[in-house]
Formats: sequence, structure tokens, C-alpha cells
Amino acid sequence: MAAEREPPPLGDGKPTDFEDLEDGEDLFTSTVSTLESSPSSPEPASLPAEDISANSNGPKPAEVVLDDDREDLFAEATEEVSLDSPEREPILSSEPSPAVTPVTPTTLIAPRIESKSMSAPVIFDRSREEIEEAANGDIFDIEIGVSDPEKVGDGMNAYMAYRVTTKTSLSMFSKSEFSVKRRFSDFLGLHSKLASKYLHVGYIVPPAPEKSIVGMTKVKVGKEDSSSTEFVEKRRAALERYLQRTVKHPTLLQDPDLRQFLESSELPRAVNTQALSGAGILRMVNKAADAVNKMTIKMNESDAWFEEKQQQFENLDQQLRKLHVSVEALVCHRKELSANTAAFAKSAAMLELLSDYIRLIAAVKGVFDHRMKCWQKWEDAQITLLKKREAEAKMMVANKPDKIQQAKNEIREEIEEWEAKVQQGERDFEQISKTIRKEVGRFEKERVKDFKTVIIKYLESLVQTQQQLIKYWEAFLPEAKAIA
Amino acid sequence: MPLNIIPHQPSCASVDLQGDSSLQVEISDAVSERDKVKFTVQTKSCLPHFAQTEFSVVRQHEEFIWLHDAYVENEEYAGLIIPPAPPRPDFEASREKLQKLGEGDSSVTREEFAKMKQELEAEYLAIFKKTVAMHEVFLQRLAAHPTLRRDHNFFVFLEYGQDLSVRGKNRKELLGGFLRNIVKSADEALITGMSGLKEVDDFFEHERTFLLEYHTRIRDACLRADRVMRAHKCLADDYIPISAALSSLGTQEVNQLRTSFLKLAELFERLRKLEGRVASDEDLKLSDMLRYYMRDSQAAKDLLYRRLRALADYENANKALDKARTRNREVRPAESHQQLCCQRFERLSDSAKQELMDFKSRRVSSFRKNLIELAELELKHAKASTLILRNTLVALKGEP
Repeated sequence: MAAEREPPPLGDGKPTDFEDLEDGEDLFTSTVSTLESSPSSPEPASLPAEDISANSNGPKPAEVVLDDDREDLFAEATEEVSLDSPEREPILSSEPSPAVTPVTPTTLIAPRIESKSMSAPVIFDRSREEIEEAANGDIFDIEIGVSDPEKVGDGMNAYMAYRVTTKTSLSMFSKSEFSVKRRFSDFLGLHSKLASKYLHVGYIVPPAPEKSIVGMTKVKVGKEDSSSTEFVEKRRAALERYLQRTVKHPTLLQDPDLRQFLESSELPRAVNTQALSGAGILRMVNKAADAVNKMTIKMNESDAWFEEKQQQFENLDQQLRKLHVSVEALVCHRKELSANTAAFAKSAAMLELLSDYIRLIAAVKGVFDHRMKCWQKWEDAQITLLKKREAEAKMMVANKPDKIQQAKNEIREEIEEWEAKVQQGERDFEQISKTIRKEVGRFEKERVKDFKTVIIKYLESLVQTQQQLIKYWEAFLPEAKAIA
Repeated sequence: MPLNIIPHQPSCASVDLQGDSSLQVEISDAVSERDKVKFTVQTKSCLPHFAQTEFSVVRQHEEFIWLHDAYVENEEYAGLIIPPAPPRPDFEASREKLQKLGEGDSSVTREEFAKMKQELEAEYLAIFKKTVAMHEVFLQRLAAHPTLRRDHNFFVFLEYGQDLSVRGKNRKELLGGFLRNIVKSADEALITGMSGLKEVDDFFEHERTFLLEYHTRIRDACLRADRVMRAHKCLADDYIPISAALSSLGTQEVNQLRTSFLKLAELFERLRKLEGRVASDEDLKLSDMLRYYMRDSQAAKDLLYRRLRALADYENANKALDKARTRNREVRPAESHQQLCCQRFERLSDSAKQELMDFKSRRVSSFRKNLIELAELELKHAKASTLILRNTLVALKGEP
């Protein structure tokens, strides 16, 4: 690692830096934002690296160019705010507060978040502990409920507003019980923010419920029939489950966007979530590009764990889909049966769980994909470095007097730069791999718990139904005997 | 596919038959050959007009229909409820399903396929058994009825060794039959609307209203019961892929979910069998019975119609007689005609009354028996499924 610490002067950063850094090269998570101490003193060091693109919904990572080991460690440590990584703590505590505090660009981009994170450093320590305890399973004290769907407005501009209630004893929230009104696009906006911040670093971000144009149109038009109430109820339940899953994730819980979603009474409208908006089209294009990319990237998987896990998830995905189809048929027939016998169909709950998990697994796959991309960047950096080195070597050999010195210097600089990139790439790759491992472990645990709970609930409801049946038939029997 | 049923099953219990051993008829065997079903009708009798005491013949569905029509067209039996004809054996639906299964769905595992095939075959068998039972009941009711059993055609049916060469109705005859039905209902409407036609007997008035209503209701109930039964059956079938998917999920898992999934797969397999049994019980006890009584009540309605027709004829004859008397012409023939009509009418009324009362008691007792049995079976199944559900729950909860 180069020992020089050269904060590039503000605005003087090489244009190449920007270009290279843009395009989703988000190597730090935004939990850095919790660390912000003085919003009034943005370090010049951090600015050039900012990716102030209009698209970003959340704070983008700060520096990339700082070489200091301490900086990096500290920066990395801020990501792992919530994870129970004992090896990080000693590093953190042994470091005196670094000379340069990584400052998030949020102070420049989104002033509203600023007010929240002002008191962050103080809260940071305490909440970190709490969250760590939570990660150990001791006190995870936050309950989220989504209720009271209400239609607001009229005609095609109408929408459903849901009440999101939070009950918590975590001190990072200002109150212990509070509720706000949110609409569906708010949830989608939250997810898109979280995804853009965390997915590429290897966190499994729970997917949001799907849009349904048909369903919503019915509701908007004001059809007060059972199918539209059913739709609203299903959506409400799905939103609740989504929030509960998101909140259970220790890192995501720390995110200021999430907190703002839960707490603040006014939320700027997330227009980028509209299906037909410019951002929506952009997303689709990106997705297509990603798909093509996936096919062309040939990753040299050196880590058997990942390969195995990926395979596992592929299989799981396939099987869950199959099961989902079968359970759908079951639900359909039970509905028919219940329509004909006026009983109650409960297998729908199973269906919900299955479709949720199918989407979660898609998120997991996305995370793996990001890792692949990361790797590729690293590879590319290495290749470029190699090329530069070759160029340098060639220049050394060639013997052109006058221009040589300058060219040499340039090459030297480039080489150093690329070396740094290679190192960065390697580090990022390792980081993402580590994160993914942890995430997958957590995901698996959650999955086991989830499935078990739902299965048990389903079976219990079946038992109840059977018992009711028994009751009815027992009542009927003497009447049948009395026929004369 | 040739399908033999060798062991004789006791006849369908939808009908309560008076035990009378002088003439016993049963279908001892049945073979399904492609389009046709051949029934072996066996008779045991000590009645004098039969050449032997025990004999059997092979009959096809069309011959049963011929026999039924012969009864219906016979004026002598106008005052009786003619047992409804057995429905045509219909394996179409089952055959289609079997074929679709054969065409195959690559996503279906071998075990699933085997199970589904098993289910379909069981279904096919059940339909077959039912059709045999229907035909048998028809004959047995005829044999049990004091008047109907003495019909000449019946003897021929039971005894004549050769093929009765009753070809199935061709299109013209079918059309003719169809038209006749329309004429009949139009006629009925006319008669009932006819002014001056008073129902002399309260009993019949009551019976008619009752039967009309009853018939419609029972037809509805029959349809609904069918739907319920089908839904149960679909449910049972649904469990097959679910069980298979769970079991493959289970074998794939490496954590605690493994045993859970495998247990679940087992559970669904058992539930499937139970649901299947529920469906078939409902089918036998409820749907079949309803269907049978739907047809029987139609036959009773037919009887009432015939009586009404006789009444109308009687009334007309009266009017004609009056007219003849006033004109003092052809009084004699008018008189005798009127006498005939009167007699016919009275004869019909008497026997109809008896028949209808029999019908009622038969109906009541058969409903009672079947509903009790149905309730008991449903209870048994519900308790069984509660038990296996509970066991699975205990096993699942017990695991870490």
C-alpha cells in the first residue's frame, strides 16, 4: 500500500477518476452516515469521489482514493456497525478517532437526513450495542404493524394509505411508539433506496411486494366488492411482512432512510417507483444489461463455499416455484370447495410465504451476482495494471531522450493508480464475499424459523377446521337419525 | 380396456327393497369392452314360468333401456311408478384424463405420475362399479314389485339366451322421443291450466305440488353435491404434487428443515388418501342417492301426469256424454267411453296413491340410512385427519 497520503485537491481530481468511479462503483455502504460528526466540515478528501448522479437515491460512499490503512479500516468498521464481528471492535477502540472523519455526501445531497444524523455519533455506540444484542437474539425489541388501509382521493389519482405503527424500545428512535401514514409507492421507494445502498455490497435486501395494476385499478375505480377488499388485505399483509423482514436485518435497521420511513410524518413522494417513469425504464434497461453481463462473465470461482451455496439456492428456487404452483392449485380448489360448502380456506397463508421466499431468493441471487461483478472489476483493474506496466517497461527499453521523463512520470502515476485500484478491488471482493457469507447464514436461520412457524400455524388451522367439521357432523347425526 | 369385476358387490343401498325370495335377480359379472359394457344378469327363481331355477344371460345397456320403455308404453302400468332407467355407462371423462396423463408432463416425477395414474384407475373402477350397481337396482326393483315382475317382457329379458337385437335408438327415434317429451310437457301444462279441471282428491293435489318442488330441489342439491364431491377429489389430487415437491425439498435440505419437510410430505400423502375417501364416500352416500331420487321423483311425476291425463280424458268423456245426451245421438258409445275413462281414472288413482305412499316411505328410509352413514363416515375421516395432523404438529414442534 502506498504510504503517501495525498488527498487530491478539491475539484482537481482527474476526470478519469470520476468516470471510473461512477457507474455503480459503490464500495462503501452508507452506514458511514451514522458516523457523521460535523456536517459543516466536509473533508475535501472525500468530495471528488462522490458520485453525485441524479439517480442516486441514497448517500453514496465517500472516499476511494484515500490510501491510509487506518482510514480504510475505520470506514470498513462503520459498515459492520451491527454485525457481531468481535475482530472489528478492538480495531475500532484501539484507534483514536481518526484525523479524517469520513463524511457522507448526504450532507450535500439530502439535507433532511442531516438533521437526523446530527446526534448520530452519540447514539451510534449505544445503538450498536443494542443491535449487537439483538443479533445475538436477546433483545430485539421492535414491532411493526401495517393496518387501516384507507382510500385517499378519487378516480385514477386515488391511492390506498396504510398506517405503519412501530413499537420499540430501541433508543435510536425518538419515541417508543409511533405511527405514520404511508402509501404503496413509499414502500417501493424505501426498497429501492435500500437496494441501491446495500445490494452491491452483499447484503440480502428483502424484496418489496409486487405492483399490481389490475388490482389497484379496481380499488381506484371504487369497486367495493370482495375481490378488491381481498386484494387490499393481501397487500396490507404483504407490506407488513416486508417491513418486518427488513427490520429484522440488523444492518438495515440502522439505515437512516428506514428510520425516516418509519418515523417522519411527511415523506417526499418516490416518483421513481412508477412503472412507466423514466427511472422505471432505466431500471429495465439495466436489468437487461445485467442479464447479458451474467451470461458473459466467466468467473473463476476459487471459493467452493460460494459455488455450493449458489447451486443450493438455484435448486431451492426451482423447488419452491414448483411447490408454489401446486399450492396455488390447492388454494384454488379449496376456494371452490369452500364456496360450495361455505367453509374456510386457509392454505392461502402457505402461498404467501412461498411467494415471499421465491422473491427473497431472487434477492439472494442478486447479491451473488454483485459479487461476480465486483470480481470482474477487480480482474479488469488487474489487467489494466498489467498493461500499464508493460507500457512502462517498453518505454524503459525504448530510448527516446526528451519526452521520456515526462512520459515515464505519467506512466508511473498511472501504474500507482492502477495498483491502488487492484488492491481496492481485491479488498472489496473479499469484503463482499465475507458479507455474503454472513448474510446467507442469517438468511438461512431466518428461513428455517419462518417456514417452521408458518407450517405449524397452517397445520394448527387445519386441525381447527377438522374439529369444527367434527362438531357439525356430530350435531347432524342425531337429526339424521330422527328422520322419519 | 377389458375390466372384469368378479366378486359380486352388494347392490347399491339407495333403494330399500322388500325381501322376496321367489325371484332374485343380480348382476354377477360385468365386462367393459371399449365402448360397451356387458352385464351378466343372473336369476334365481322358483316361479313356474321359468324353465330352470337358475340361469343367466348377457345383456347390454340398450337392452335395459328397451325393457324400461316397454314398461312405460304399457297402458297396464300407467298407474305405477316405473323404476327409472339406469344411466348410460360413461367413461369419457375418466378416459380423457387418463389419456392426458399419458401424454405426460415432463415436470412430473415418476412417483407423482404413478400416484396420479393410480388415482385415475381407481376413479375408473369406481365409475364402473357404480354403473353396474345402477343397472342392478333397476332390475331388482322390477323384480320386487308385485305387478311389474309379472311382465312378459321382463321374463324375456331375464331368460332369453340370445341377443335381444335391440339396436340403440337411431337419430330419428331419438328425435321422436325428444319431441314426445315436449308434447308431454305441453300437454301437462295445458291440462293443469284447463279451466274446470278440478283435482278431486286433496291427496293428489298435495302430492303434485310437493313432487314438483321436490324434484327441482333435489336436482339442485344433486348438482351441488356433485360439485362438492369433485372439489374434494381435486383437493386430494392436489396433494400429490405438493407431497412430491415437499419431499424433494426435504431431501435437498441440510438443516433442521429437512425432517420437517419430509414429515410434511408424508402428512400430505396421508391427507390425500383421506380426502379421497371423503370424496368417494360423499359420492356414494350423498350424490348417488340424490341422483337416484331425482330420477325416481321424475318417474313419480310421470305417474301423476298420466293420472292427470286420465282425469282430463274422463272429464272430456263426461262432456262428450252430456253433449250426446242433449243431442240424443250416439249416447251409447259415449256412455261406454265415459265408463271406460272413469274406470281407468279410478284404477289409476288408486294404484297411484299406493305407489306414492310407497315411494315416500322408501325415500325417507333410504335418506335416513344414507345420511346417517355419511355423517358417521365424515366423522371418522375428520377424526382421523385431526389425529395425523396433531401427530405431525407434535413432531414438528418437538424439533429444535
